[in-house]
Amino acid sequence: METQMNNKLLEALQGNFPGKILQAETPYGFLTIEIPPADNVEIVSWLQNHEKWDMNFMTDLCGIHYPENEGKEIGVVYHLHSFKNNLRMRIKAFMPKDKAEIQTMTGLFAAANWMERETYDFYGIQFTGHPDLRRILNVDNMDYFPMLKEYALEDETRTDKTDKFFGR
Amino acid sequence: MTIRNGGQLVSTETIDGEIATLNLGPTHPATHGVFQNVMKVDGERIISAEPTIGYIHRAFEKIAERRPYAQITPLTDRMNYCSSPINNMGWHMTVEKLIGAELPKRVEYMRVIIMELARIADHLVCNSVIGVDTGALTGFTYMFQEREKIYDMYEEVCGARLTTNIGRIGGFERDFNPTFIKKLKAWLKEFPAKFEEFDRLLCRNRIFMDRVIKAGPISGERALSYGFTGPNLRAAGVDYDVRVMSPYSSYGDFEFDIPVGRDGDTYDRFVVRQEEIRQSLRIIHQALDNLPEGSYHADVPEFYLPDKQEVYTSMEALIYHFKIVMGETPVPAGEVYHSVEGANGELGFYMVSDGGRTPYRLHFRRPCFIYYQAYPEMVKGSVLSDAILTMSSMNVIAGELDA
Repeated sequence: METQMNNKLLEALQGNFPGKILQAETPYGFLTIEIPPADNVEIVSWLQNHEKWDMNFMTDLCGIHYPENEGKEIGVVYHLHSFKNNLRMRIKAFMPKDKAEIQTMTGLFAAANWMERETYDFYGIQFTGHPDLRRILNVDNMDYFPMLKEYALEDETRTDKTDKFFGR
Repeated sequence: MTIRNGGQLVSTETIDGEIATLNLGPTHPATHGVFQNVMKVDGERIISAEPTIGYIHRAFEKIAERRPYAQITPLTDRMNYCSSPINNMGWHMTVEKLIGAELPKRVEYMRVIIMELARIADHLVCNSVIGVDTGALTGFTYMFQEREKIYDMYEEVCGARLTTNIGRIGGFERDFNPTFIKKLKAWLKEFPAKFEEFDRLLCRNRIFMDRVIKAGPISGERALSYGFTGPNLRAAGVDYDVRVMSPYSSYGDFEFDIPVGRDGDTYDRFVVRQEEIRQSLRIIHQALDNLPEGSYHADVPEFYLPDKQEVYTSMEALIYHFKIVMGETPVPAGEVYHSVEGANGELGFYMVSDGGRTPYRLHFRRPCFIYYQAYPEMVKGSVLSDAILTMSSMNVIAGELDA
């Protein structure tokens, strides 16, 4: 049942936005698509206003950083939920680190306001059109974006601890 | 006169025409946590409120990127510390989903009992504090005794009271002991009468009703747009409950109702929580009566610590013990989202694993953080004392807000 819905939704998306669904998979039954960052608002508002799919709820919005993916280091992950179909989906958009800019979702979901501020706070992603893009959890005069992978959790000058054997 | 309509200021008639700035918080006795609001007030009327959050931000998401899976559970405790067991179990279920663990029915029922107890404890705190903020301290003192009893029960299961770290990935660290069952049964017998007394004290009390009806309302549509979940969303008339929409931990086996409000004001939030406590009791009764026999943990030796006695006597157990403690168990790479119905709403865990010993990325969908941003809109145009009530009835928990 769920798989069928996922496939139908994916087909509808691919039909409406040819070439814009860069990747699609369903890890653990959760439809996940990758879209170009420039088209995020267009695709999400189509999903939100579509009579059948009706993705009326933004569950979550967060950032992610893959330092190895050149040109696509910084990502934004949206989780949408359609109450009508009880269907969830995940949308990702990746951007280069030196130009991490994406349109804001605040026009579609009021909930995106603080979630985007949080994402900006941690990853430095610029949400263009956001009404009030400031840091939210960290102090205002912080001069870096702490969730980026280059900032190790522990003090890097320490020599008594090595990660050689036990991973990150 | 100023008439409020869905939190919007309709008339802009002023009280004394002078606008003052009021700094409410971060440590104000009326805010029950570290919340700061810079409010512009005209007399007692609030013109705008600007919340500042992050005072107890502890960077859990960053810390989690360096911790083995089992060591992340204590971090989740400290999010919504009024109902830590729900956070713990939501996290366990997320990892279990990732590794594909099959749980015995008994574990799922045990979890349901603990999670519903936690929900009751959380709602009791919230609702009795609404009483305190309206000037009725008595109910609070009695309901806190009941919360203590729930904490005593946690203590029988896991040894801790507030930050519980209850359960393990794959089940529970030990089975329910007879004392727990005894305490639970005794409590189930005596609690409803006391609770109904508390309910009679406030629910149809004219003074209380006049005080909370129409305080801090939000429409269902706005609530959805703001990402409300849990009792606050249901108070606004939307019947969304994760336990029903995406059942986890055998919630599909139980019969319970989802109370729904209409106006989304403080009174509706109060009544919805009251009714949810009754429904939680119903669920606990069903789970306890039908508690299946079987093991209290899943058969996942790579993730579930073996008995200490076995560690000393069996080679495999020793190896697994070492690997689990050192965090050297390989997990599948992948990404998973799991959500549970926390006491405040949909508590989600979005985890990306690259197969390493720690999550590559872990994001907590914290219901408080998401719905607290509606606060300025909800209190705009209301009086200051209503703003205090609105905040306590939204049940914003500082730990969950800031993570």
